[in-house]
Amino acid sequence: MGKISLADLKKLREVKKNELSRRDSEGKSVHIIVGMGTCGIAAGAKEAFNAFLDEIDAKGLTDVTVTQTGCIGLCNVEPTVEVQMPGMPDIIYGNVKADVAKRIVNEHLIERKLLDGHVVDKPAADILK
Amino acid sequence: MKFNNYILVCGGTGCESSKADDIFKALQKELENHNILNENQVVKTGCFGFCEKGPIVKILPDESFYVHVKPEDAKELIEEHIIKGRKVSRLLYNKQESSKRASIDNIDFYRKQIRVVLRNCGFINPEDVNEYIARDGYLALEKVLFEMKPEDVVEELKKSGLRGRGGAGFPTWRKWSFTQSTSSDQKYIVCNADEGDPGAYMDRSILEGDPHSVLEAMAIAGKTVGASKGFIYIRAEYPLAIHRLEVAIAQATEMGLLGENILNSGFNFYIEIRLGAGAFVCGEETALLASIEGKRGMPIPRPPFPAVKGLWGKPTVINNVETWANIPIIIFKGGDWFSKIGTETSKGTKVFALTGKIKNSGLIEVPMGTTLRDIVYDIGGGVPNGKKFKAVQTGGPSGGVITSDYLDTPIDFENLAKLGSIMGSGGMIVMDEDDCMVDVTKFYLEFTVDESCGKCSPCRIGGRQLYNYLEKITNGDGTEEDIRKMKQISQAMGRAALCALGQTAPNPVISTLKYYEHEYEAHIRDKKCPAGKCKNLLLYTILADKCIGCGLCAKKCPVGAITGEKKQQHTLDTSKCIKCGVCEEVCKFKAVVKN
Repeated sequence: MGKISLADLKKLREVKKNELSRRDSEGKSVHIIVGMGTCGIAAGAKEAFNAFLDEIDAKGLTDVTVTQTGCIGLCNVEPTVEVQMPGMPDIIYGNVKADVAKRIVNEHLIERKLLDGHVVDKPAADILK
Repeated sequence: MKFNNYILVCGGTGCESSKADDIFKALQKELENHNILNENQVVKTGCFGFCEKGPIVKILPDESFYVHVKPEDAKELIEEHIIKGRKVSRLLYNKQESSKRASIDNIDFYRKQIRVVLRNCGFINPEDVNEYIARDGYLALEKVLFEMKPEDVVEELKKSGLRGRGGAGFPTWRKWSFTQSTSSDQKYIVCNADEGDPGAYMDRSILEGDPHSVLEAMAIAGKTVGASKGFIYIRAEYPLAIHRLEVAIAQATEMGLLGENILNSGFNFYIEIRLGAGAFVCGEETALLASIEGKRGMPIPRPPFPAVKGLWGKPTVINNVETWANIPIIIFKGGDWFSKIGTETSKGTKVFALTGKIKNSGLIEVPMGTTLRDIVYDIGGGVPNGKKFKAVQTGGPSGGVITSDYLDTPIDFENLAKLGSIMGSGGMIVMDEDDCMVDVTKFYLEFTVDESCGKCSPCRIGGRQLYNYLEKITNGDGTEEDIRKMKQISQAMGRAALCALGQTAPNPVISTLKYYEHEYEAHIRDKKCPAGKCKNLLLYTILADKCIGCGLCAKKCPVGAITGEKKQQHTLDTSKCIKCGVCEEVCKFKAVVKN
């Protein structure tokens, strides 16, 4: 991408805003967002990230995107992961080690059940909404 | 949706003990009775905070938040809320209670946090500029470049009431305005990311989670004061933050949001990263600037302030990471919007790193004016393991303690100063009854002695002297004269030290002497450490009437200080004892006691 003009920036913002609100990049409807600040990584976020990719592959799921984000601030339950998918409330899971990541794919994504003992509350509302 | 409702039952330890398990079972049973268990799922969750109002039940997707729920309430919750769709108002968390402080739209009523600075952290991919743009990123820069005059920007900051988040709380607009009105062929913008307080990680998390907000803010400042170059001074110990900044700078530059002729506006702004080696004194602005210039990181007397004569002698705006992260949103939402959050003198929010003896440690952002009680109990969930809350340390090595008597003080710059602490950059360490205040103070002085640059004698010698007295007292060799001397030295350092590091280094001493002089006296007069922390003052003994002679303590003692026949009372040789505390830990009969 080269340098953009003001008009292009405005256009890009609208397009990306729509994408972000639907989290719909590349037509994928399920989004798994892994908290990967220093804290999350130290607690095992990279292993969880890879476990998500492996399990999604193993189960043949195609409409799932796994991305990273910064620290959400819930240090005592790192690694943290947010799962957004149509028909389910957005859920933040805590203490997501690799095995829990696998369970999230099977239970949350496939069976559409929440994982017992791992749901944590969102710390604050989004002021930009 | 497979389930119509998800019923979340708080499963934190606080709620477990107040019957969360029974509530879980009762809810399950009610669902079963009504034959709707396959349409609704009951889940146990992590701690919600709010443990004093527990047990808590939250129902999704409508986000109803029920407090003080009892197992008997399960029937009503299921029959009314789940089946008939009517909320059970007597159990709902009172909306008024928390909305009185923050008159801001769409804040969730039960959450005490408002995330202004952390608006994007944990939400966007920090390595994708598009996600930042989608969150109104670079909208403020757009406004500043094409719609606002530089004076308007300063005016907006003035309206917002934003004060520096690095510790001292100096009004940001004034800094900018000084630099703006000083004419010079070159001016500089600097971001102070030399975060070094023990237990503080606010700035690191902002840079790792939302680097573009800082870049955008620096460009805004550049345009406002007439600077074309910016530096981010960050410690090398933050590799991930550095990496994300590098990625962000590269992406922004490639898109033309940084660099030459930004968005064809004719404005150029370049940002470079400078790595610090991790010296605490380099968080002091004049030392930081010296370090960027390639000199040894030592402070120089102010005035002149950097705003007038800073980097390479040129006018320089230097702000801390958190201050920068506030700027874009102030510009695009307006100073008036921002000034609605917070107290009379301290506007906006503050990010704290809540650590220590607290159940839900974490990075939090609350409106200024939030009480410590709200932070410690409602957000932090209180002190773990049933221990008693003792104090909170704020402001790191330059700060002081706030005791339980002051839990209801609204936190802002002025109130913290009145209590003898400071806002500082936002470290907040919770201490319980097991923490010895003399020992804690010694820890902070050890830190400042280590980090003193040595340039001025009040800091170099005074700090060492304070530390020596503290060590003497914790060893049990202190005298009452020592306390008098410590007060004297503290006063002298506060007045005579060259920079804030030295001036504030005695703060932990002053503050703990103010609230906990009795603990110092216990160490000195009674040769006892009330919290049981100072090893030299501890004495372990085995109680004759409780010891059954199981021999476990003798087996675990690493130095063989405990002897005794099987099934006979054991004895502890205090001359051999190293006070590791293993015997106390392993004894199942509470026969080993200290002091």
